[in-house]
Amino acid sequence: MKYIDGFRNHLAAKAITKDIHELASKLSEKNIEARIMEVCGSHTMSIARYGIRQILPKNVRLISGPGCPVCVTDAAYIDAAIILAEERAVHIATFGDMLKVPGSSRTLADARGAGGNIHVCYSPLDAVKLAKENPLEQFVFLGIGFETTVPPVISIIKKAKAEKLTNISILTAFKLVPPALEALAQDKDVAVNAFLLPAHVSAIIGAEAYTDFVKRHNISSVIAGFEPLDILLGIKGLLQQLVQGKVELVNQYTRVVKNQGNRVALNLMDTYLKPSDASWRGIGTIPQSGLILRDEYADYDASKKYNVSTQGGTPDKRCRCGDVLRGIIFPDECPLFNKECTPLFPIGPCMVSSEGSCAAYYKYSR
Amino acid sequence: MKMKKTERILLGHGGGGKLSRNLIDNEIVTRFATDGPLVGLPDGASLQIGSENLVFSTDSFVVSPLEFPGGDIGRLAVHGTVNDVSVSGAKPLWLSLALIIEEGLEISVLRRILDSIKEASDEIGVKIVTGDTKVVARGQCDRLFINTAGIGKKIPNLNTGVNRIKHGDVVLTSGTLGDHGMAIMAAREKLTLNNKLLSDTGSVHRLVAAAAKWAEGVKFMRDPTRGGIASVLGEIVENESFGIVLKEEKIPYNPDARAVAEVLGIDLMHVACEGRMLLVCSSDIAENVLSAWKALPEGAGAEIIGKVTNDKGRVILETLIGGRRMVDIPQGELLPRIC
Repeated sequence: MKYIDGFRNHLAAKAITKDIHELASKLSEKNIEARIMEVCGSHTMSIARYGIRQILPKNVRLISGPGCPVCVTDAAYIDAAIILAEERAVHIATFGDMLKVPGSSRTLADARGAGGNIHVCYSPLDAVKLAKENPLEQFVFLGIGFETTVPPVISIIKKAKAEKLTNISILTAFKLVPPALEALAQDKDVAVNAFLLPAHVSAIIGAEAYTDFVKRHNISSVIAGFEPLDILLGIKGLLQQLVQGKVELVNQYTRVVKNQGNRVALNLMDTYLKPSDASWRGIGTIPQSGLILRDEYADYDASKKYNVSTQGGTPDKRCRCGDVLRGIIFPDECPLFNKECTPLFPIGPCMVSSEGSCAAYYKYSR
Repeated sequence: MKMKKTERILLGHGGGGKLSRNLIDNEIVTRFATDGPLVGLPDGASLQIGSENLVFSTDSFVVSPLEFPGGDIGRLAVHGTVNDVSVSGAKPLWLSLALIIEEGLEISVLRRILDSIKEASDEIGVKIVTGDTKVVARGQCDRLFINTAGIGKKIPNLNTGVNRIKHGDVVLTSGTLGDHGMAIMAAREKLTLNNKLLSDTGSVHRLVAAAAKWAEGVKFMRDPTRGGIASVLGEIVENESFGIVLKEEKIPYNPDARAVAEVLGIDLMHVACEGRMLLVCSSDIAENVLSAWKALPEGAGAEIIGKVTNDKGRVILETLIGGRRMVDIPQGELLPRIC
């Protein structure tokens, strides 16, 4: 914890905040507003948890992007998981955040209350353990997540093969960050002039995964960690670039993120998975932004094994999570925010996950 | 507006957050708390028999695992009820003990737990004076459930209540927060990253007695169990003209509890304690109470963590880096985040 505390130091934060204010006043002389999108949900959460927005100058705006894997999960995916639990008598194993995500009409928590076998796991390997201990039952793990979460989830297959288990499979809805960044940069409604790039995702894919992107779109970008000082340093770095009119990719999080990324994790992903188009809730289909199991692992692919579709679904039309995820509106500009949509009864997925933009706003900034 | 109704009891209804509150407000308060001592849902009922002022309280214990680092369900069952009686401003005297045992429970486990009940009640000086034992078929409960109820004698002049809290009062904690909840989660999930983290299960009766020396200035006492200090403080300020501002740097946390919370993505302000208390008092006696608490082993980690302000109905945290943010009542279950 000492290591972490170093990145929460009050005096250091004060000094960096002062620098940020100086840089911001130089920007305001040039009539420039810094519109920084933090792409990752853990950044959103940390910004809210430490009250970072409140200590920033007026012309430095933080805009929360689509970086929470739970928030971009389609309603149809939740519907499919509920069908598996209720109509096919399959045991669902999942990370806890997924329980409250609204499908077309119900959540997995509702299905559990109605008798569905839904198990909250802290680690994907807990699901393997459950499958091993209950050989007569079928288990499906909900494979949600970005590059960070994908490797541990697909290690289920490796483990299941080793243990000769045939009663466990994965319902995949894996998402990739770089194609989403690409879509955001191309989207004319998304008005940002700097990106705060994710920490742990970058540790997997490596800093160089963004080099082309930064050049092509000519947009200042800093890879930053999740601790408050990391974020403040990241913001400071972006403001420096904006003041100097420079565009470059800076890796502020070198203590964790290497240029090449994590080869072991990347190879593991490549062995089991291939890219495919993926539907992002509220945003739509982004080409080649998902990962699905390769054909040779069809036995572990729950959508094939049970022939369920994760496409379609009818989320509440009034929900503006899509606009929130693209940084077009702030959460409190959605007409449902803090009225019909609260963490207790979320309508949109951004209100569900602790890392969702709306939940962070609700929890910390109302 | 479209009404949303949850038709069944969800686990979140037992989490100590908003969902629990809704259940109690809609189903219990409307039936039982329209008049009498249950109004306002205090930790214990204040009852008068002749000239005697008594406090009566009850609590059920369903913790899993039964035995955990720093305690077991037996100690918890004594401390939980003793603490509810104590923070209601009374000296605990008598306890009832009801056991619901699942077929197949090892007698050796039951013996160890009964021994801890004896030990814990002897330490505090409360007597088990009545009880009940039921055995249910396998699968009808999880090994062992315990209910205790307690009666205590009101301490003179110690009249607490939210209505006595005023702008300028201060908030104290008797020690590090969230240890119990994190110790249980670490034990349940077999997180081996730290083996030093112990539950804080313990009695607060001596802390209450110590603070009672300045009874006039003591405004409010509560043991922050399910839902943590966020729940307790959130309930205090709800619909009130005052708010509470906490200083993050002053809030004491055990480094091992913080490590577990970081890994699971849980806010320690939402996590249960079973041997701590929060106290709101006037500023002139705060240092006295603090040093009286620090002189006791169970109060060694006490700190003044915040003050009552005019931030109407809100609990605000001044963060380590100087930002400010709202502290919200937890919603339902504590769910670990995924990345």
